[in-house]
Amino acid sequence: MDAIILQTLNGLDKGSAYALIALGLTLIFGTLGVVNFAHGALFMIGAFCAVFLQRLLSLSTVTIDETQKDFLGNPLKVETPYVHNWFGPETGAAIIDWSVPLAILFAIPVMIAVGFIMERGLIKHFYKRPHADQILVTFGLAIVLQEVIKYFYGANPIPTPAPDALAGAVDLGTLVGFDPNVIIYPYWRLIYFFFAALIIGAVFAFLQFTTFGMVVRAGMADRETVGLLGIDIDKRFTIMFGIAAAVAGLAGVMYTPINPPNYHMGMDFLVLSFVVVVVGGMGSLPGAVAAGFLLGVLESYASTTWATTTIPGINQIIIYLVAIIVLLTRPRGLMGKKGVMEE
Amino acid sequence: MSKSNLTRRGLLRNSAIAGAGIAMPTIFTASSAAAYTNEPTGSSVTLGFNVPQTGPYADEGSDELLAQQLAVEHLNGEGDGGCLNTFTSKALKGNGILGKKVEFVTGDTQTKSDAARASAKSMIEKDGAIMINGGSSSGVAVAVQGLCQEAGVIFMAGLTHANDTTGKDRKANGFRHFFNAYMSGAALAPVLANEMGKDRRAYHLTADYNWGWTQEESIVASTEALGWETVNTVKTPLASTDFSSYITPVLNSGADVLVLNHYGGNMVNSLSNAIQFDLLSKQVNGKDFKIVVPLYSELMAAGAGENIKGVLGSMNYNWQLDNEGSKQFVKSFGEKYGKPPSNSAQTCYAQVLLYADACERAGTFNPCGVVEALEGFEFDGLGNGPTLYRAEDHQCFKDVLVVRGAQNPTNAYDTLEIVEITPVDQVTYAPNHPMFGGDDATLGECNPGA
Repeated sequence: MDAIILQTLNGLDKGSAYALIALGLTLIFGTLGVVNFAHGALFMIGAFCAVFLQRLLSLSTVTIDETQKDFLGNPLKVETPYVHNWFGPETGAAIIDWSVPLAILFAIPVMIAVGFIMERGLIKHFYKRPHADQILVTFGLAIVLQEVIKYFYGANPIPTPAPDALAGAVDLGTLVGFDPNVIIYPYWRLIYFFFAALIIGAVFAFLQFTTFGMVVRAGMADRETVGLLGIDIDKRFTIMFGIAAAVAGLAGVMYTPINPPNYHMGMDFLVLSFVVVVVGGMGSLPGAVAAGFLLGVLESYASTTWATTTIPGINQIIIYLVAIIVLLTRPRGLMGKKGVMEE
Repeated sequence: MSKSNLTRRGLLRNSAIAGAGIAMPTIFTASSAAAYTNEPTGSSVTLGFNVPQTGPYADEGSDELLAQQLAVEHLNGEGDGGCLNTFTSKALKGNGILGKKVEFVTGDTQTKSDAARASAKSMIEKDGAIMINGGSSSGVAVAVQGLCQEAGVIFMAGLTHANDTTGKDRKANGFRHFFNAYMSGAALAPVLANEMGKDRRAYHLTADYNWGWTQEESIVASTEALGWETVNTVKTPLASTDFSSYITPVLNSGADVLVLNHYGGNMVNSLSNAIQFDLLSKQVNGKDFKIVVPLYSELMAAGAGENIKGVLGSMNYNWQLDNEGSKQFVKSFGEKYGKPPSNSAQTCYAQVLLYADACERAGTFNPCGVVEALEGFEFDGLGNGPTLYRAEDHQCFKDVLVVRGAQNPTNAYDTLEIVEITPVDQVTYAPNHPMFGGDDATLGECNPGA
């Protein structure tokens, strides 16, 4: 029982990342009709917003300490972050310690700007081109973006830990009657799940309960008619691209304490996220979210010792197996709509 | 009027025959003059440095390349001479190799076997490289070693830790300076027994490819010999990024030690995930829970950050080693590049000097002469202490380092601390050891190519 609960939590946690990325992908596909293979790169850029802010906050003055030696035996260069000088050592250390949560505020405008530039600068020129062209250009863009990040930050993962107060794990089992230490789960992974739920809820609320969202939904359903009503739907769709980029970026920021970010992390999620979108149904926002969590949980169950012993290799193929089954039984995905990518 | 028999077709045929006739002596001369592949005929000799320049190990490859360039400088008499000053063999004079200036070309392995073979092949066939050195993967090492054997050039492996490189896949033209998985197990076992006791239950997470399997086999064998019980061995896909699904079963498995047979990004992520689950704060079977990472590198330690604190592992070399060769190498590398060398950099540097020295002692670049000079060669002064290049399998035997993630690092390079220098006798095994291919594993014949 404890194993099932733990794997369910793991699955929800993985599913949170899948759902957030797939949600952005679906938003872009549903509004602009673009298959955006650079979406994983937006997740990666979000993560590097956290790295950038951490390094920015850690910028230091250098003093020479004659009493200590470096690896060559020379006097040691001691670095003291400016924030320590400005706010005192304790407050300065706390600011650096909380750089990942602070990066959320930093990443939102940066990612909206990145999305806006990407859409206006490149992707809008491919709206009327075949999907194959869109895939090629966005995939190429993804490679360029990751090489740019590699140029500045190297290929090695960069540790970007959670604040000390949020590190470690909570004993969830004791809250529901299990023995101590049976069901423990990291604080940050729980935060990630609730953060993802909050973002997903906010996006849905924005689309459901605002006039802007209503127009966007109308545009997704019938772009031409909305245009005939005199509404500049292209402008709204560009803003939606920026919002989708911000969602992917925030998913990346919050992911950095789970796994140290590296330039390739976007590609690691890209293929899985597309499978999530297809399983959920192209163009379906609820489908993308539901499929994200479903595949995350199934992937976790398939990684249990029992599953891998019973069917060796099941942990590596489960997502694709589910995709095949879903597409055979429901060709439009779990919640796909008629007419999407069917012309 | 005379009638000519010359036709267009006949002219072409006769020209082709005549051309072939003229060219024939040249072809025969060229092939018979070269005693071995890429025999240097001019005033220089070209070495091929095959390292990951793109992909996840690009930083490690960059460090290897810096060390190889430094070695070339020292061979050509530039810079401070580096380990030529401390090397026990005095054959190298700083005037290149056999009087020829050393030049180099580079290839990008991408940490993919096929890409690594293609880049090595290009360096051998197009650039005339007479030796290939470098790499950060056992899969790459085995693939390139096989290619070099066929092509008739020497392969001086870089970072490759799987037993197979000098085990079942050993080749006469291939040489490994780096240590291997068996040595990691043999070096770690006594330290584990000392620090954790002999009554432990270990749970292994293992990267699902050749290197992971040989490391798991080696660590299981050495820890079970101590009296430890192996609770479970779980293979994790190489492409895994989130290891939480593999770590949660550890919580209630009854294991009190987690062994992470992972390298690179896999290791950084699996260790970070294990720390998130607070494993090191747990008490199991009345003992403190422990994590072991059998193979460490400085870049992995940097990537894992604070998560590595207190975690035991092993290394081929660490810049903090206090012998004359190491101090000289750290000085040369540090003054030129502003950072201490990694253990993959040190192994590539040492391999270049060892190859050059073997050529000098053999008096030839002929691979078979080089093989003869390296087999059974004993040396010191390159950073690892006294070392033997064993003739039977072309594996270097030297002391192995057991290291621990530094508890209180004082600077960015102070990530690992040396716990013990395990004597070479403790990590030595028979050339026909079952983990290394048994009696069936042979070097075969050296191939000079041409």
